[in-house]
Amino acid sequence: MIPRPKPKKNRLRRTMMFMNAQKPGLIKDAYIYGADSIILDLEDAVAENQKDAARFSLYHALKSIDYGDTEVIVRMNGLDTPHWQEDIRCIVAGGADGIRIAKCESAQDVKTVEEHVLAAEKEFGIEEGRTLLMAALESPKGVMNAYEIVTASPRMFGCAISGGDFRKSMHVQIQEGGIEMMTARSMMLLAARAAGVQCFDTMWPNIDDKEGFEAEVVQNRKMGFDGKSIVNPRQIRFVHETFAPTPKEIVYAEKLVRSFNEQANAGVGVYTVDGKMVDIPFFEDARRVIALAKACGVYHGDL
Amino acid sequence: MDIQKSAIAGTLESSDAQVIVEPSDHGMELSIESSVMNRYGRQIKAVVLETLDRLQVKNGKVAVVDKGALDCTLMARIECAVFRSCGLSQKNIPWGGAVK
Repeated sequence: MIPRPKPKKNRLRRTMMFMNAQKPGLIKDAYIYGADSIILDLEDAVAENQKDAARFSLYHALKSIDYGDTEVIVRMNGLDTPHWQEDIRCIVAGGADGIRIAKCESAQDVKTVEEHVLAAEKEFGIEEGRTLLMAALESPKGVMNAYEIVTASPRMFGCAISGGDFRKSMHVQIQEGGIEMMTARSMMLLAARAAGVQCFDTMWPNIDDKEGFEAEVVQNRKMGFDGKSIVNPRQIRFVHETFAPTPKEIVYAEKLVRSFNEQANAGVGVYTVDGKMVDIPFFEDARRVIALAKACGVYHGDL
Repeated sequence: MDIQKSAIAGTLESSDAQVIVEPSDHGMELSIESSVMNRYGRQIKAVVLETLDRLQVKNGKVAVVDKGALDCTLMARIECAVFRSCGLSQKNIPWGGAVK
């Protein structure tokens, strides 16, 4: 068995790459591509009559493959299926870092999952509280309840919108500019930030439409997402580059941090940097930018 | 476990293995075919036997067609086929017990 370090609620999750847990060819080397997290899927990628086989395959993959620093999340089947209870036993026994709750619609859904996760941790001698949770919001109801969902358990590290199901329930298709999901994305982001958890956008399904994909990633970054679900390793690099702070942002953040230290010593609260008024919230954001730049491996300064 | 009816698990895709189990009263009958038989035949046989032993399967025909599966995949397919043959593959799997 490969011992995995205790999962961290807060970590870099720019890319979360989906992998069918039933396909040995995919899961055996899933970590080599450099996604921050992988999501081994027991849900939609697995045919109804192979759910049992996928669990055996998942369990042994979790126990025997060294995924290194890549976070290993498993997407379980929804609470409206006959599969979810055994999914949880298998995921927890295998020692996955976290569970993505498919079709999450309420705080009660989270609590139900949490209860079974805790029971499984006890059953299999796993440290209680180790297994993290995240919610996939796939319906208007899920989005409307985003805040109660992400605050329902201390295990929750974030939420993601699932575009395929969500667009169907709204009777819309993917639009250039993303207007069809703008409200939902915004509501989810607000809920996540209010709760202090992370927020992830849906995957881009048209793998060959590179321009559409890149436009969506850029918009995700502008809106404030922490990362994105992806379905192909080819999508990793662009997301990582786009979510990393730009050299310009880093320089500005450094300047803010340094100047703040000087000004604070001199007893000044609000002042100007490059002609723009700045105060304490700017300083906090600058520190976040530096921390993110470090995590992304693009910071070469000495702060 | 006793193999009660014939069952199959896995596919013939690369990196996978397909396992078919059938009931029998005359001990274990094992057949293994593999795309990497020359190099890994002995290792594959050892994994198959260990897994069946852990599941306490004493009788049955077990046919494995290996397409270059890792040990973990091979174990998963054998276990799934055996649990399916007993109608027990859907829930209360002894994770970490007989399955490990």
